[in-house]
Amino acid sequence: MNIQAIIADLSKTDPELYDRLEHVSRRSLFNMIGRKAAQVAAPVVAMSAVNRAYGQTLPQPIVDVLNFALTLEYLEAEFYNVGMDSAGLLTGTARTVYGQIQKHENAHVKLLKDTLGTAAVAKPAFDFTAKGAFPNPFSNYQVYLTLSQAFEDTGVRAYKGQAPALISSDPILTTALRIHSVEARHAARVRMLRGEKPWITGNTSPGVPPAVYAGDESTVHLEISSIIQGIPVEQSTQAWDEPLSKEDVLKIVAPFLA
Amino acid sequence: MKTSSPQQPPAQKPVSVLPVVPLFSGRRMFMRYAGVATATGLVMSACTNTLIPEPLAGPGGGSTANARIGDVIDLGSGDIGVLNYAYALEQAELRFLELVTDNFYDNATEVEKQVFIELRNQEITHREFFKKVLGSYAIPTLTLDYSSVNFRNRDSVLDTAMAFADLATSAYNGAGQLLSNATNLAISGIIVSVEARHAAAVRELRYPNTTSFAGDDVIDPVTGLEVARLPNEVVPIASKFIKETLSTANLPSPMTA
Repeated sequence: MNIQAIIADLSKTDPELYDRLEHVSRRSLFNMIGRKAAQVAAPVVAMSAVNRAYGQTLPQPIVDVLNFALTLEYLEAEFYNVGMDSAGLLTGTARTVYGQIQKHENAHVKLLKDTLGTAAVAKPAFDFTAKGAFPNPFSNYQVYLTLSQAFEDTGVRAYKGQAPALISSDPILTTALRIHSVEARHAARVRMLRGEKPWITGNTSPGVPPAVYAGDESTVHLEISSIIQGIPVEQSTQAWDEPLSKEDVLKIVAPFLA
Repeated sequence: MKTSSPQQPPAQKPVSVLPVVPLFSGRRMFMRYAGVATATGLVMSACTNTLIPEPLAGPGGGSTANARIGDVIDLGSGDIGVLNYAYALEQAELRFLELVTDNFYDNATEVEKQVFIELRNQEITHREFFKKVLGSYAIPTLTLDYSSVNFRNRDSVLDTAMAFADLATSAYNGAGQLLSNATNLAISGIIVSVEARHAAAVRELRYPNTTSFAGDDVIDPVTGLEVARLPNEVVPIASKFIKETLSTANLPSPMTA
């Protein structure tokens, strides 16, 4: 998926997205292509860019997955870069924890950009208030933690959802899995900072948009039930981290695009 | 499964080798595992070469059979082999956690007890899943020996718990590429992040308020990538606690390109 395809997907769920993206960057492709022409012209522009960079080396479905992942990593990296730079927000243990997470997310951005080369999407502009739904994310510690948890748990579900699409490339699949488990460690630790259990129970967490955990209560896999006598049902749900489709992830992320 | 129609594996990879077991032999499952006839033949022929001295119940030993100390257990080939490999690790990890929760280490806090109870219950869930999905192709119940762990001592327990959770995560990270069926890969992904959460939680108990939860010892600080290990790296580490010998000889190898 190229950034235009991401935006096209997003625009289905957020009709005003194009209006907001027009000021994202004077240098970006969004501005080169007029709003109305975008859906027609953008795929052509992007495809030629990919082809120049790679010829046939990286198959388009894999480029799509990696650019989707890169978009999420941009979001996380910027959230932590700004957070670490916000005076008084992250101190003590929180600073130790977020310094480590920040390091990893920036490394993931670099790794994915290096892998994609010129096919890499540009960093979008973000609005971490999500249009005012989360006021003061960089001055209210609890809001910051809540968003961080939402981003990390969504990241886990997003990578998980894309893994089957990478089955044709062992090295890229393995790289994605090696990022995926890091996101899960981050999610677990951030949840603990909030006083939550490190694993997801059922399909909710206080203050986090419900879409982040939609379907996560599942206890049936390959038609096998994991309800076991003697084990509370909510603990059976903890044992499984469910995937999210690209579309469902983009719906969660869309409000955070400026 | 909640994943929407996972992509089919490419032609050069074999079809699913998951067995059909009576538990879910309904039409949908049969459709999903079309091609199983070929796979069954593969497994059956592989099993005639196992070094288990006497036949146990079922071609893979049967999910309820106990292995015997000293047996050589062939994990098998294809996706069945990879799932048996995961099943072996889940068995080993669970037995350890059962011993922890049967008699908590000295001065364990209520929070620590609850963490270990939930870890144990989640691992029971994983073990039971693999046992059911593998059915008669499951390896036997392993004989596990944790006499090297001092279960009275907090550090000894936490160090072992940490090592297990890290090992399991790295094992799943390395095993994904060995699976040929996208559904099996999806299931593996659904489990691995829970193992990673376990690792972070136990590390936080062991080294609170540090970067250990995602430490530079398990995550490359330059690439941000966690360790991935192949079966021939994982099994020797886990074998410290397993009285049978696990053979990885017939497991798939990763493609290098």
